[in-house]
Amino acid sequence: MIQGIPIYHFLVVSTLMFFIGICGFIIRHNLITMLMSVELILNSVNINFVVFNRYLFPDQLQGHFFTLFIVGIAAAEVSVAIALIINIYRRFNHIEVEKVSQLRF
Amino acid sequence: MNYSYTLLIPLIPLVVFLITGLFGMKWKPVVSGWIGTAGLGLSFLLSIVTALSYFFINHPGEAGFSAITPMNIKWLAFTDTLVIHLGILLDPISVMMLVVITTVSFMVHIYSLGYMKGEKGFARFYAFLSLFSFSMLGLVLATNIFQMYIFWELVGVSSYLLIGFYYTRPAAVAASKKAFIVTRFADLGFLIGILILSFVTGTFDFDKLTQPGTSIFDGSASMSFMGLSVLTWAMILIFMGGAGKSAMFPLHIWLPDAMEGPTPVSALIHAATMVVAGVYLVARMFPVIHFQAPDAQIVIAWVGGFTSLFAAIIAITQFDIKRVLAFSTLSQIGYMMLSLGVSGYGGEEGVGYMASMFHLYTHAMFKALLFLGAGSIIHAVHSNYMYDMGGLRKYLPITHITFLIACLTIAGIPPLSGFFSKDEILVAAFQNNKTLFAIEYLVAGLTAFYMFRLYFTVFWGKERHYPHTPHESPLVMTIPLMFLAFASVVSGALPFPHLVSGDLKPFETEFHLPIAAASVAIGVAGILLAWILYKKESPLPGQIATNLGAVYKTVYNKFYIDEIYLFITKKILFNLISRPVAWFDRHIIDGFMVGIGTTTEKISHRIKGLQSGQLQHYGFAFVAGTLALVLIYLFLI
Repeated sequence: MIQGIPIYHFLVVSTLMFFIGICGFIIRHNLITMLMSVELILNSVNINFVVFNRYLFPDQLQGHFFTLFIVGIAAAEVSVAIALIINIYRRFNHIEVEKVSQLRF
Repeated sequence: MNYSYTLLIPLIPLVVFLITGLFGMKWKPVVSGWIGTAGLGLSFLLSIVTALSYFFINHPGEAGFSAITPMNIKWLAFTDTLVIHLGILLDPISVMMLVVITTVSFMVHIYSLGYMKGEKGFARFYAFLSLFSFSMLGLVLATNIFQMYIFWELVGVSSYLLIGFYYTRPAAVAASKKAFIVTRFADLGFLIGILILSFVTGTFDFDKLTQPGTSIFDGSASMSFMGLSVLTWAMILIFMGGAGKSAMFPLHIWLPDAMEGPTPVSALIHAATMVVAGVYLVARMFPVIHFQAPDAQIVIAWVGGFTSLFAAIIAITQFDIKRVLAFSTLSQIGYMMLSLGVSGYGGEEGVGYMASMFHLYTHAMFKALLFLGAGSIIHAVHSNYMYDMGGLRKYLPITHITFLIACLTIAGIPPLSGFFSKDEILVAAFQNNKTLFAIEYLVAGLTAFYMFRLYFTVFWGKERHYPHTPHESPLVMTIPLMFLAFASVVSGALPFPHLVSGDLKPFETEFHLPIAAASVAIGVAGILLAWILYKKESPLPGQIATNLGAVYKTVYNKFYIDEIYLFITKKILFNLISRPVAWFDRHIIDGFMVGIGTTTEKISHRIKGLQSGQLQHYGFAFVAGTLALVLIYLFLI
């Protein structure tokens, strides 16, 4: 419980972050920005975890630990994604997601 | 006495088959020939040793022989009682068959070294011969009817392979297919018979089935089907398998065509060994047939008797030398079947059983000799047809003498072996059924006539113009002829009643002078008739044939049995059953399956645009789907 700040403020922030991330993922053409959008989505979830843990079960720590796990996994995911993006760049000389559409019917 | 070495008798040909079959093409062909001959020679020696020790050294005297099983491995266990073994069974008939098979097979191996010399596929020929010898030996040594069935099919396959040896000739291919299909059809009956028998008795083993007074059949007494007991049906079906393999009427149609194979193969498989497998099967099951299914025994007697007459009549009119011999084989096997059909179980009553086995033995020797002699003639004049031959006695002296011996033997002239065995069969028939005796008596005369028709036409008659002067065959071919001629002459002296009988006990046969004299008389009459008609070129046979007209034509065309088969299969089965079924399969079944396929393909063609390759489309679809689910959850549920 943080004095003076109700839980809704945190939740509004995290919801905004979540939808900004989704919009970015769907709209942006650059693979790097798409990756950044995914990070936004993940972090909005992290905020939710921490906040709910803090406000609803202040004497427990599961939410915090979950967040740490997600941060770790996100780091790994980023390295994989960056590796893919580098390879795409080497092959096509660009990272425009719309032009990388060879995997289709 | 330890007989475990008998395992080697079938195993050596198997090993030889594998060696020559796998590596034969890497060597000079003749190496395969020598390996095959040496292997069979070894088996031959082992069989002779086994026979001598079983029959003579360890002769049990009055107590009777006992069946010995040197080995019996459990192979498949269905239930505690229904177990299939693989093993070796030695009793008088199997030991006798060992001698017959290895002797003839060994002679054929030697003979083929000369006859097949330079043929394409020489190594393959020897590999198949070894495969056949292995299968046939396994068949006679089987301890139970299921093992016998396995080897029975193996024998059928080797026969198929060898008939179709000249696979570039359409006639040979057709003949091999015909032989395989006809015998396979008969084996269907055999298999059903085995299943019924094992269902009723709960066992496959011969030693349990053939025990006299055994109680395993008690449960079947109440079961019957269409007025005959279940066991009778089982025995008739098993006999159907035997009739297919032994080419009994009406399943005989494959045997004359099987002569498309190389002549040594005809001698080995289609005269001496494989075709008597049916006789052997009936002899094996004899106690069951005799005590449990007397009706089946009557069927066997009449089928045998009819076939012998039927085939003898056809043999008179044929011109292909090998076909004459093929029909003669049918006729003689009919004799053996009939003899089993009229036999009692033991003692003087059981003379038919003994006579059948005796005739099997002597027939194997002289018929193999006849075929090998025919091979020698064909080798010399390069034709199968009697009208291309004549006056050959000057060119082929050894073949001539041995062929004459074989003809005299089959005609039943004493003191050659055929006289003794045929005489015993006539005695057995006379004691049991006078009609069958009359048929067999007539057939004895016909046999003498058609054999000497062949003999006089080929070796006497008018000399033809040969493309090359015929010359006597090389020594590798004449030595087997001489050996088999020797065997045909002396094997009549074997004391068969002391060695082979239905109840395994030795017995004495009386010599029936009137029957013997009568059978010799009709044999001589047949020979004299052939002498008059065929010794010199004369117009008489042709006139007789013309006067008989339609009768002659019917007989010449083998009573149109092949045509009847063709009519039934092609016109009736194919048109009325196969075609509608094929139409149903093509249009309904296939149509249904094809319909499923095309529908799927069309649908996927329509929706394949969904997989656009655009990552963001997928992401959008995913989010939209999730949202939709959330909305449904919130407002609808």
